[in-house]
Amino acid sequence: MKSKHVMKAMLGFYILLFFGYLFGPIIVMSITAFNTPSYPQAYPFESFTTDWFVKLWNDRAMMDGLTNSIIIGIAVVTISVPVGLAAAIIMSQIYHRARSLYYLVTISPLLTPGVIIGISTVIFWKDVLGLTEVTKAVFYKGMVLATLGQSSFISAYVLLIFMARLTRFDRAQEEAALDLGASHPQVFWHILLPFLKPAIVSAIVIAFLSSFENYNTTTFAILADRTLVTVLAGQVRQGTTPALSALAVVIIGISLIGAISYEVLKRREQARAEAAQLRAKLAEQAEVGAAPELATQAG
Amino acid sequence: MSSRAFVFIVPIVVIAVFWLMARWEARFHKDASHKGFFERNGKVLGIAFILLVAFWALFLVVLPYLYMVVESFHPTLPPMKRGGPEDVLTFRQYESLVVLPTGGTNWTHINAFFFSIIASMAVTALNFAICYPLAYYMAQVGTAQKVRLILLGLIVPYWVNEILRAFSLRLLLASKGLINNILVGIGILDTPIDFLGNNVGLYVGLSYAYLLVMIFPLYNAIESLDKNQVEAARDLGAPWWRIHKDIVIPYAKPGIASGCTMVFMFSAGALAAPLFLGGPRTLWFTSVIYNFFFQAFNWARGSAYAFILLFACIALVMLMLRLFKVSLGETIK
Repeated sequence: MKSKHVMKAMLGFYILLFFGYLFGPIIVMSITAFNTPSYPQAYPFESFTTDWFVKLWNDRAMMDGLTNSIIIGIAVVTISVPVGLAAAIIMSQIYHRARSLYYLVTISPLLTPGVIIGISTVIFWKDVLGLTEVTKAVFYKGMVLATLGQSSFISAYVLLIFMARLTRFDRAQEEAALDLGASHPQVFWHILLPFLKPAIVSAIVIAFLSSFENYNTTTFAILADRTLVTVLAGQVRQGTTPALSALAVVIIGISLIGAISYEVLKRREQARAEAAQLRAKLAEQAEVGAAPELATQAG
Repeated sequence: MSSRAFVFIVPIVVIAVFWLMARWEARFHKDASHKGFFERNGKVLGIAFILLVAFWALFLVVLPYLYMVVESFHPTLPPMKRGGPEDVLTFRQYESLVVLPTGGTNWTHINAFFFSIIASMAVTALNFAICYPLAYYMAQVGTAQKVRLILLGLIVPYWVNEILRAFSLRLLLASKGLINNILVGIGILDTPIDFLGNNVGLYVGLSYAYLLVMIFPLYNAIESLDKNQVEAARDLGAPWWRIHKDIVIPYAKPGIASGCTMVFMFSAGALAAPLFLGGPRTLWFTSVIYNFFFQAFNWARGSAYAFILLFACIALVMLMLRLFKVSLGETIK
């Protein structure tokens, strides 16, 4: 019995250490955002200030980077979500002998280091876009290349998300619709897409976030342009300022608000779905239940 | 024909071969229930799917990779001379990892290469040791409510991006950082310890960056283990370490393999942690590649080095999987 208590205490201690390791650095960083010394320092805490947030707001490079990151993120979502969806549908229908090669090709960007994806994107597109003066002038830009490079592996994430959802799709629904005279596009728009809706939402969120915070691929593909993350990386390399901590605090704040509102929305939707289910069940019981009840009464 | 143009032919040939095989099979092994691709999806959508996937698979994945392979077999030339008579196929870029232009041995790069590989293995082992107990706890011991709380706690810190996480570790470990400030302040130390210089920062940074990559595959694998098996072993008097050694770990092997593979591949290919947390004398192999691109503008050599890294990593992972008798298919799943 005693050893069980010891085990339990050790377990508690271990979990505490683990989460200390996980949260410690971030908590310390958040504290430095509110401390006055220009070298980010959590201890000793001199006095409370919000100057670093003002400084962050006035940082032109960072704000430009932020705009670019958002534009690239939206572009990546518009490329990778349709591509990932199409790839998942083809995966379920492809000629069986080609399937393993297809799987290897589409999953390989996930196993390739981001550095290599970035380099290959630049080398390849520099020559391809360089074929004519017009394409070179219009498309050979960091923003375009970063979008292409990121889409390469983010499409693979999206593919996995859709594949997981598609395995639960009942093909009989599609057959039924076709038998009832629906056309193929109708089946796609009215049956498959609504079924995939949750996967589409999570694909959009994940695609945008992975694009937004990507560094390894972007740092090569971005050329002379800059994103928020590459600006950050430059500043971290040059030195340290509490403005970076302030940025982290802002990011944590936004994520928390996002996560909480997502949770609230999900709960509300769940409650609504449960209520609808309950109503349907009650209605069904009322219909089915009425007959046997009458029978017993009669008997 | 130029070797670079050749890259475009390869995928076309492969696709044509598979297409012919499919046609051949459809003609000679008729299957009445089988429907063609366009029959199942309709013409417009079918074409849209194929175009989207072809664009991705060819122009964003296969062609850039092949193009980079070909590039790595070319000499380093100024843009004007590319495609000229001096632009021949050569192994020079690969040789340069070992041999200096002067004829000596290129120890700087060889050391960087082996250091990256060995340090990544160390980080993988470290992360396995840190994550295994928690994954086991989540999968077998904890109540559903506690597990949900832990999952949330695991994900929240990773909302902050990679660079800022590296930055936060630097605030802790730098010589003017929190840990040194406290240790010196209390009087345990006289002079601060240089955590970044002696690579503690690097190991901590890599381990911290890829904790989740280890913990989720472990958790998924252990979760499906029937609790009764552990109970039975315990009832039969097995000590706790034998339960893990003989039941949990063999059962979770595919998950362990996939967690370890990913942590290893990610750390070997990491750029942020070595750049921001490595000591001034430490050279990570990806930093060498980075420098070839941004300081030397030597893309051919950068490509060659990148492929050396990729193939070394894949070979090592394959070897490990073979040693521990796990199939690759199980790992990717």
